[in-house]
Amino acid sequence: MSLHDLEKSFQDKIDKEIKIEPKDWMPEAYRKTNLRQISQHAHSEIVGMLPEGNWITRAPSLKRKVILIAKVQDEAGHGLYLYSAAETLGSSRDQMIADLHSGKAKYSSIFNYPTLTWADMGAVGWLVDGAAILNQVMLCRTSYGPYARAMVRICKEESFHQRQGFESLMVLSKGTQAQRDMCQDAINRWWWPSLMMFGPTDSESTNSDQSIKWKIKRKTNDELRQQFVDMIVEQVKILGMTLPDPDLKWNEERQHYDFGNINWEEFWNVVKGNGPCNKQRLAARNKAHDEGAWVRAAALAYAEKRKNKLKNKAA
Amino acid sequence: MNIQIRKFYYGDIPEDTAQVGSNHSTTNENAWPLWEVFIRSKQGLDHKHAGSLHAADAAMAIENARDVYTRRQEGVSIWVIESKHVHASNPDDAEMFYEPASDKIYRHPTFYDLPDELKHM
Ligand SMILES: [Fe+2]
Ligand SMILES: [Fe+2]
Repeated sequence: MSLHDLEKSFQDKIDKEIKIEPKDWMPEAYRKTNLRQISQHAHSEIVGMLPEGNWITRAPSLKRKVILIAKVQDEAGHGLYLYSAAETLGSSRDQMIADLHSGKAKYSSIFNYPTLTWADMGAVGWLVDGAAILNQVMLCRTSYGPYARAMVRICKEESFHQRQGFESLMVLSKGTQAQRDMCQDAINRWWWPSLMMFGPTDSESTNSDQSIKWKIKRKTNDELRQQFVDMIVEQVKILGMTLPDPDLKWNEERQHYDFGNINWEEFWNVVKGNGPCNKQRLAARNKAHDEGAWVRAAALAYAEKRKNKLKNKAA
Repeated sequence: MNIQIRKFYYGDIPEDTAQVGSNHSTTNENAWPLWEVFIRSKQGLDHKHAGSLHAADAAMAIENARDVYTRRQEGVSIWVIESKHVHASNPDDAEMFYEPASDKIYRHPTFYDLPDELKHM
């Protein structure tokens, strides 16, 4: 088959909603796009453990501590599912980790913001996981089989993340004035970065809709962002809190909420490495990896030794 | 074919605007092998492929599989097998491989037209 025929039958499969599996023929650009997206997604899960890990030792009760540990552990699992999916596209785990640690690979910029108070744990679960879920629900139907399967597993686990966050904010919202202030402050700080999680507006993306044509994504950044705004505006009422946007207003004609302008300069600044915690996050990852090196080496040496023992016994 | 990739940013930050750090290459010599994980969700059911992970040996693979794939009682039994031992059919051969079954409709019970009076069959 010629390259042209291969590409055509590939697109036919996509159009018919047939999933692409690792050993199937695929255009090089499809492989690369998926590899980049899945590995960045994996990195986001892993780096995403850091802002929350920050509060495990300081959780206000044993109940909140076990919940937080369970959530952070889930995120580690999400990272693993995704790295495994990315490996099917021909990269190695070590290479991906090295790219993350050198700063070559990217992860979601939201995790470069600091978690300053306990209320941030609630706001992160509700807003950050909430935004991630919208993206991930869509990705359950992505065209690359291993990515879609990882997403299905992840989505099953994510719902608890968002719910525990909201519930924790609900407790604060019914607490003392100081607790309510802390709750509102956390919402104020996380609202705009959460909106940025969906990426630049569609009009900024002048290229063709290849990712949509290949059904890697099925919704645009703006569609997902609007969905998120509409959802959160209703939910925040239950908390009796507000969102820090004076332009937030129901638009009868669009049947959606209008919202204010996002500070894209800030977004790009954080993407480029100048966010409040970029250096801290990478340093923490590198430290953990370097300090774990002897454990990895020891486990391998032990496995090797046992294998040899078995061999000698057999001989 | 000149394909333009639309830039999607959540979990897909483009390379051109991303800051690029030093690219130290790594060797794979010291990597733990890859394992495929199969989980029996309930006594009486088959083990089903759940995913994969890296581990130094089988015991560690089972322990890690427990931690990663059964945190919510998804399983009562785990199998692990080193991925390199899995042999698979070739997707390119799919037509030749599976096509012959498609015209053997007599292998299905619905092929046989029987009177309505016939019960329990
Ligand atoms: Fe996650
Ligand atoms: Fe999560």
